[in-house]
Amino acid sequence: MIMELLHVLSPKVQSLRAVARHGAKGHGARVMLLSVVGGFFWLFVFGVTFRLLKYFKNVPEIGALLAAKLLGLVLLSFLGLLLLSNVITALSTFFLARDLDLLVSTPVDWLAVYGAKLTETLMNSSWMVMLMAFPIFTAYGIAYDGGWWYPLVALAAVVPFLVIPSALGTALTLLLVNVFPARRTRDILSVITVVAAGGVILAFRLLRPEQLARPEGFHSLVDFLAVLRTPTSQWLPSDWVQTGVLGWLRFEPDILPFYLLWSTAAALVVVGAVLHRALYATGFSKSQEGSVRAGLRSRRKANPLMQILPATRRELVLKEVRMFFRDTTQWSQLILLVVLVVVYVLNIRLLPLHGDGITFFLANIVPFLNLVLAGFVLASIAARFIFPSVSLEGRTWWLLKASPLLMRDMLWAKFWVGTLPLLVLALAIVFTTDVLLQVSEFMTAVSVGTITLLTFAISGLAIGAGTLFPQFQTENAAQIPTSFGGLIFMMTSVSLIGVVIILEARPVYAYLSAAAFGTPIDPTEMLIGFTSAALLCITATLLPIRIAINRLNLLER
Amino acid sequence: MIQLQNLTKRYGDFTAVAGIDLTVERGELFGLLGPNGAGKTTTLRMIAGILQPTAGTILIGGVSLARDPVAAKSKLGFIPDRPFIYEKLTGTEFLRFVAGLYGQGGPEIDRRGDELLALFDLVDWKDELVESYSHGMRQKLIIASAFVHRPEVIVVDEPMVGLDPKAARLLKDLFRAYVERGNTIVMSTHTLEVAETLCDRVSILQNGRIAAMGTMADLRSSTDQDTSLEEIFLRLTGEKAARTALEVLSA
Repeated sequence: MIMELLHVLSPKVQSLRAVARHGAKGHGARVMLLSVVGGFFWLFVFGVTFRLLKYFKNVPEIGALLAAKLLGLVLLSFLGLLLLSNVITALSTFFLARDLDLLVSTPVDWLAVYGAKLTETLMNSSWMVMLMAFPIFTAYGIAYDGGWWYPLVALAAVVPFLVIPSALGTALTLLLVNVFPARRTRDILSVITVVAAGGVILAFRLLRPEQLARPEGFHSLVDFLAVLRTPTSQWLPSDWVQTGVLGWLRFEPDILPFYLLWSTAAALVVVGAVLHRALYATGFSKSQEGSVRAGLRSRRKANPLMQILPATRRELVLKEVRMFFRDTTQWSQLILLVVLVVVYVLNIRLLPLHGDGITFFLANIVPFLNLVLAGFVLASIAARFIFPSVSLEGRTWWLLKASPLLMRDMLWAKFWVGTLPLLVLALAIVFTTDVLLQVSEFMTAVSVGTITLLTFAISGLAIGAGTLFPQFQTENAAQIPTSFGGLIFMMTSVSLIGVVIILEARPVYAYLSAAAFGTPIDPTEMLIGFTSAALLCITATLLPIRIAINRLNLLER
Repeated sequence: MIQLQNLTKRYGDFTAVAGIDLTVERGELFGLLGPNGAGKTTTLRMIAGILQPTAGTILIGGVSLARDPVAAKSKLGFIPDRPFIYEKLTGTEFLRFVAGLYGQGGPEIDRRGDELLALFDLVDWKDELVESYSHGMRQKLIIASAFVHRPEVIVVDEPMVGLDPKAARLLKDLFRAYVERGNTIVMSTHTLEVAETLCDRVSILQNGRIAAMGTMADLRSSTDQDTSLEEIFLRLTGEKAARTALEVLSA
């Protein structure tokens, strides 16, 4: 059986090896860049965790409790992420993957298929959590002198911790596919997971975890200690990992958490296998049935607003809008977006920027720096929705290229369809936060003007990078932003936001100084600062699109 | 209507199309034949403006595809062999979208779309998302979309793939009626019976070059009388391979 399982897995391993050996042109450079960025990220996470732990170590009595609470919260978030990720991944690996027709039609043992697909699901959905967990566990090991055996102890805790949500997630998906209409399962799952993720984020925010760092907010020290001592839940694997690993680090090793982790993982794999044997054939058959007929009535007349546009542009815009709203996996993420914006605005509202000791200067500089965060939020959204738009034309490229459509028209249609909703969102975020913070009129004008220009520039960069680094083979839009091009786009956007803020910093400082301390304002300095920021944004909007048009004109597929 | 002059396409060291010269007249149905990898699809994709030639020129109705691609492509309709289309549009919306790409829209296009959908038995499915269509239905929708803007030239790669006998017959009749009205069709096919009964002239490609070209009568006169197109094709493109296959199977 093991040999059969390894044989079923072998194409994946061989494909990985082939990619590593004969990567595409520029593969080496990409690996190098990703390694450098990844290395910096690891160092950053390690550095922050290590510093926190060092600080906790020096806090008598409650330091150890804080360290435990931190690990508990991190592991709990990981557990939630892993469960969601496994449920989604299992749908692809067990029911929609292209190799399934071959596997199911051959006399491969059902247990080998289950084992291979479970391994694939586990790997695909856990690698990111593993990468995140590595520097955190390393920081704990070094801060608490875990010794040479610590890596093995951590591994012994983390491996079953990854297997448990994987076995549970695949079993859950199997049940869902058997209950819901086949192809609808994907849609239902994406909505459920997005709503769940949004709920978790909102609930986490509403709990206001920052209060843990402010003991003075509690009625008494006893209350504070009680909160710190409460485990997240004794029944959760995250709590077992925390207890097991911290027990080792405190020289009080306890075998029970490891026993619980391994026995639960083994039991869930067995239950998953039993369910697989009983339900997989029916579920797989259902998932192969064609999509249900949607019965949409095509409207003869488009929106009167659309009638103003010439036929080509109108149809391009309508196509983009229809494709977006008819794809559950796309629009459902808007729910998550709304939750994130609510959390963002909530955070701003909770900032202690009014009251004793808060000057006009401080109250107005925060909204200016808020532009950096707002810009980053916009860049993330553009990476998810605008960056993949050219890549998603891969399979229909023949149609666009064979028609007399100008690439310029196509790209600008994509630009506007992506930019206008982004602009509404950007203005809503900035304007709301400005009102909440009672910012001066000048600073409101600066922030609104800057975010408008930044929105255009970020969209232009997204279209440009999306065209220069297309992922024509990827069918899942959600995977495209995590590509090399997505990374380049995010890095460029963050740099742009940084430079714009630096350019505007001097004039803003001059204005605030004048308003607060009555110092004179130099109009030339104001003009140079704002004009150069505006020119940079305009260039960042137009130049990438210009390059993208040339690239598409030469592109052959 | 279509002129190819020294048309060449190279991918690195590999030459897919090696200096083809070809003229297809108005009102002609021209067939491109050849074994797998002979350069048929590459040639058609260059005529459709999807691939750019390494050398040579393509004229559509006297307009250079390289110099004025918009004007040249406006005269064309392209039907690929693999029907990948927007899954989240309905049949009607897809036809309207394609017409829009050619700058056409309005009630005339809607009426034309309805006629084409009716012709291909897709009326009941016109308001369904393409994702629920079968392979054959998608192929029929793509064929319909190539006609929606009334092109003068249709370029078709393997037209009969995935079609049921009724739709295949319909397509043959449609193609004949279309060229009889003075339009032009260039198509590639592996179905020699289709080429023999449908095409006015055929060209057999081998290793990116034209190995033979002419009407059926021309091709027969260059070989033994009463030879089928299959015999001519095999003689020109690798009779030996077919024989070897038989030997392998019987071994």
